[in-house]
Amino acid sequence: MSHHIVEAQGLRYSYPDGTPALEDVSLRVEHGEAVALVGENGAGKSTLLRHFTGCLFPAAGTLRIGGLPVDKEHLAEIRRAVGMVFQNPDDQLFMPTVFEDAAFGLLNLGVAGAQLEGKVMGALETVGAAHLRSRPPYRLSQGEKRAVSIAGVLVMQPDILVMDEPTSNLDPRSRRRLIELLRTFKHTRIIATHDLDFALEVCGRTIVIHKGRVTADGPTREVFGDEKILRLSNLEQPAALRKCPACGG
Amino acid sequence: MGQLAQNLTDIGYMDTLAADSTPLHRLDPRAKLLTTALFIVAVVSFGKYEVSALLPFLLYPVYLAAQGRLPVGYLLKKVLLVSPFAVVVGIFNPFLDSGVLLRVGDFGVSGGWVSFASILLRFFLTVSAALLLLALTGMNSICEALLRLGVPRTFVVQLLFLNRYLFSLTAEAESMSRARALRSAGRGCMGFGVFIQILGHLLLKTLDRAERVYRAMLCRGFDGHIRVARFSNIGRPELLFCGAWTALFLVFRFVNLPVALGQAVTGLLK
Repeated sequence: MSHHIVEAQGLRYSYPDGTPALEDVSLRVEHGEAVALVGENGAGKSTLLRHFTGCLFPAAGTLRIGGLPVDKEHLAEIRRAVGMVFQNPDDQLFMPTVFEDAAFGLLNLGVAGAQLEGKVMGALETVGAAHLRSRPPYRLSQGEKRAVSIAGVLVMQPDILVMDEPTSNLDPRSRRRLIELLRTFKHTRIIATHDLDFALEVCGRTIVIHKGRVTADGPTREVFGDEKILRLSNLEQPAALRKCPACGG
Repeated sequence: MGQLAQNLTDIGYMDTLAADSTPLHRLDPRAKLLTTALFIVAVVSFGKYEVSALLPFLLYPVYLAAQGRLPVGYLLKKVLLVSPFAVVVGIFNPFLDSGVLLRVGDFGVSGGWVSFASILLRFFLTVSAALLLLALTGMNSICEALLRLGVPRTFVVQLLFLNRYLFSLTAEAESMSRARALRSAGRGCMGFGVFIQILGHLLLKTLDRAERVYRAMLCRGFDGHIRVARFSNIGRPELLFCGAWTALFLVFRFVNLPVALGQAVTGLLK
């Protein structure tokens, strides 16, 4: 797979009960870009992310990742290239210890022995969770769980990192650590979030989704400067872009 | 912490115990699994009035707990937790089988009481052996061992998910029960109507969560095969463990050691 490009053309999807989730979504994310997906609750962000990992397939339109169409035939390659960090770390962490959980994906790729140990510990160190290796995941704090779930994905060396609400339930310090960590990554990053300040710091580009359609796509500062677009999607300007409430400056 | 949350921690504690690194923990899971299966078959193969011949079998769980440095109190509590099932199975025996089977001085013990004691002893031996196997090996390694022993993959994956979904179920049940308690104005007991509603919702929420867990597994390359990081091969320690215990089980099964010992002692006294 070459060029970690994500390209969707006229993507449509409706849930089995008939609820439309995506209606004509077209976008192209280039190699190494950090893109925020923002929108109101139920706008279709999570549904779109599920398409990127082949958990859902488009009802119409095309989706290509690294030049490969997202279909059952290419599922293994797609999932090898795309690492998904789920909104709730508890959905992702299910092995008895942190080490085993972080190793889960690598073991599925057939890595074993000293190489496995080295790669897993490397990923745990990257997220600052090496000291947790023998702990059972369900006893960790939310911030630690998030770090371990990111390590479990990083260890597979994905080309594209997809994250669903990564800052939800994090205390300010853990959130700051996550921002600093994500800034160091060179992967293509697609991050669905409601935390616009976070998006402003991490993502150079923002795509706004409203009722299953792309309503804005551009540099993050520009998009967040358009109050009309934000209001339409139940969003507010991030604090960093608002005027000072004390002096109005 | 609520009772349910405590139970959740308890389920996970077995996995924590299995992560230890004693020589018994390091044994190939297949050796422990086969030996424990043989132990259980040997224990349940005795006649319904047998008690004394079962006593030497206590050596196996005692050995596993001691060598594996496992917390005996915790495991005994787990055995006690499921003991009502065994009690219910045997409790009517003393009433149905009242013929005197043995006499201790003037006191006659009916066959029902003897068979009840035999059921309880067998229950204790088999359940404690199974729990010790779990605490020494961990569910994932047991499942891997089952696969390597040729058990159909569908069955093993079902078993594995059943175990993992226990966590999902307990976590959902805990949060629902807390939400109910906080809005029930101090009434401890929930009505039947509420209970049914909660149960229905619990099923739906757990299915939903299980779906999300499964999706997360798929995203990390899950192909129906759980691989474990630590899996040894059958070597000398495994052969020694299996061989020695199999020989001992055969002796325990076909020679009534307590009776033989008693006869030897009384013979000496005469």
